[in-house]
Amino acid sequence: MKLDDVQRIAHLSRLELNQAEAEAVLPQLQAIFSLVEEMQAVDTTGLEPLAHPILFLRELAQPLRADEVTETDHRAENMKSAPAQQDGYFLVPKVIE
Amino acid sequence: MSWHNTPIALMAKALAAKEVSSKELTQYFLDRIDAGKQWNAYIDVNAHLSLDQANKADLLISAGKAGKLTGIPVAHKDVFVTRGWKSTAASKILAGYQSPFDATVVANLGIPDEGNPNGAGMVCLGKTNMDEFAMGSSNENSAYGPVLNPWNAAHVAGGSSGGSAAAVAAGLAPIATGTDTGGSIRQPAAFCGLTGIKPTYGRVSRYGMIAYASSLDQAGPMGKTAEDCALLLSAMSSHDPRDSTSLADSGEDYSRYLNQAWQEGDAHSARPLEGLRVGLPKEFFAEGLAADVAKSVNEAAKILESLGAKLVEVSLPKTKLSIPVYYVLAPAEASSNLSRFDGVRYGHRANDYKDLGDMYQKSRTEGFGPEVRRRILIGTYVLCHGYYDAYYLQAQKIRRIIASDFQAAFKECDVILGPVAPDVAWRLGEKSKDPVQMYLEDIYTLSTNLAGLPAMSAPCGFNANNLPIGMQLIGNYFSEARLLQIAHQYQLASDWHLRSASEVA
Repeated sequence: MKLDDVQRIAHLSRLELNQAEAEAVLPQLQAIFSLVEEMQAVDTTGLEPLAHPILFLRELAQPLRADEVTETDHRAENMKSAPAQQDGYFLVPKVIE
Repeated sequence: MSWHNTPIALMAKALAAKEVSSKELTQYFLDRIDAGKQWNAYIDVNAHLSLDQANKADLLISAGKAGKLTGIPVAHKDVFVTRGWKSTAASKILAGYQSPFDATVVANLGIPDEGNPNGAGMVCLGKTNMDEFAMGSSNENSAYGPVLNPWNAAHVAGGSSGGSAAAVAAGLAPIATGTDTGGSIRQPAAFCGLTGIKPTYGRVSRYGMIAYASSLDQAGPMGKTAEDCALLLSAMSSHDPRDSTSLADSGEDYSRYLNQAWQEGDAHSARPLEGLRVGLPKEFFAEGLAADVAKSVNEAAKILESLGAKLVEVSLPKTKLSIPVYYVLAPAEASSNLSRFDGVRYGHRANDYKDLGDMYQKSRTEGFGPEVRRRILIGTYVLCHGYYDAYYLQAQKIRRIIASDFQAAFKECDVILGPVAPDVAWRLGEKSKDPVQMYLEDIYTLSTNLAGLPAMSAPCGFNANNLPIGMQLIGNYFSEARLLQIAHQYQLASDWHLRSASEVA
């Protein structure tokens, strides 16, 4: 991993790192990835990835609930924590000129 | 009456016998919380809300509508969203956040009402401090400052449920909820001299539990005794249609084996654990384990043996690899989960930005602490095209090996015993400079989350500096009631769990 990679993944993560911060985090990430490299020595040919522990135990049938209305209108409560809103809409900076 | 040293099992009896009211109990703990601020165990306390709930609990009791836990106070880890109390996951990005709903765990334990007819009737004392978004092993990653260990204020309380652990250990709550993604119930319980259990993945609903790594996150109780944990877990777990990974068979009485012998018909025997095979994984007792921790865990094994259990050596060959596997998978899931924090619908929004992208970026950078940012970066990297197979998929394949290794071990034994952590609670600041140093401390707890197995922590000794040592019991899927039974039988034969930090403090 190089400094360029740090800036690239920071951008993908929508995080802002200045040069000094990127330089500080690089050796930490390198140390973590040298630990992660230990995984490469394991022969995993033919093994299925395990995404979820219960899949190991049984086929997880996605449960289907009855198709009925369970929620009432919580719009006002749900919008209470919005940093900026107007007329029941979330406000964001202008996206289309 | 020193209610802070009273197990909730006895508190319930006192409430039922009207020896004390819920309001008196709640006020007692609120006063202790007020006098015990130095531990930094709580992030949000609201006496008015707590006492209002206590009044409702007292009405239920006098109306003869009380359940087993009605009126008993409980502290909730701030990872559970609550109406009334702020819900922040100890992050600046959620500073002041008021949830419009209660997490299922909070509702299950809370005061029953129209929308929540089956609530257990417990009183919320407030929200406990934690590592930000549950990312950490020492509770030093909180935006609201570290939690101090009630046994010694110069030491960490453990993490990420450090606030819950310190609250119970310092007598600021009789019991608390926690969550465990890689050891976050078991390790702080061990560091603070408590009992805690992480149930099988899927037992407790994750609805309203602020997500860190969804295929690993699981909630559980932290208390003074195995009996208390069994009581709380029975009320916490339920099948929840709002969590797609909630198991249909989640609700059960986890107390049902507590006072029984391992083999039916042996009750009241001097050897109640006759027939139990306890597996000691040789990798858990290898290099890296502190000598005093090894000594205490081995002594606990001898006590189990004296109760009738047979000790066998087992092997979990990929124990060391659980660290890289976890630190690929958990950050990958975290980077996806935390993408919801964008400063639009809730949470922190930066003051100055030039456009939408800049707003996302500045809000997130200002809102997340260093460890959270680090894990988002790792997660984003391992999910990138070109690295996905080598890191993310490889980690998931080794995860399958780790889960299979446990099944091989459970052919030789009924339960696995080992340490919770390589050492006792370290000094504040001792490991916070080097993330890898901190990650290595999770070696004995991560693999059970990767496999989804239930595991618990129970006090089994103290080191020379009077810091608690915990032992870990790992069971096969759905064996929580059995783990609690073994821990309870151990606690009937030992007194480590009766030592109280609040006497020291």
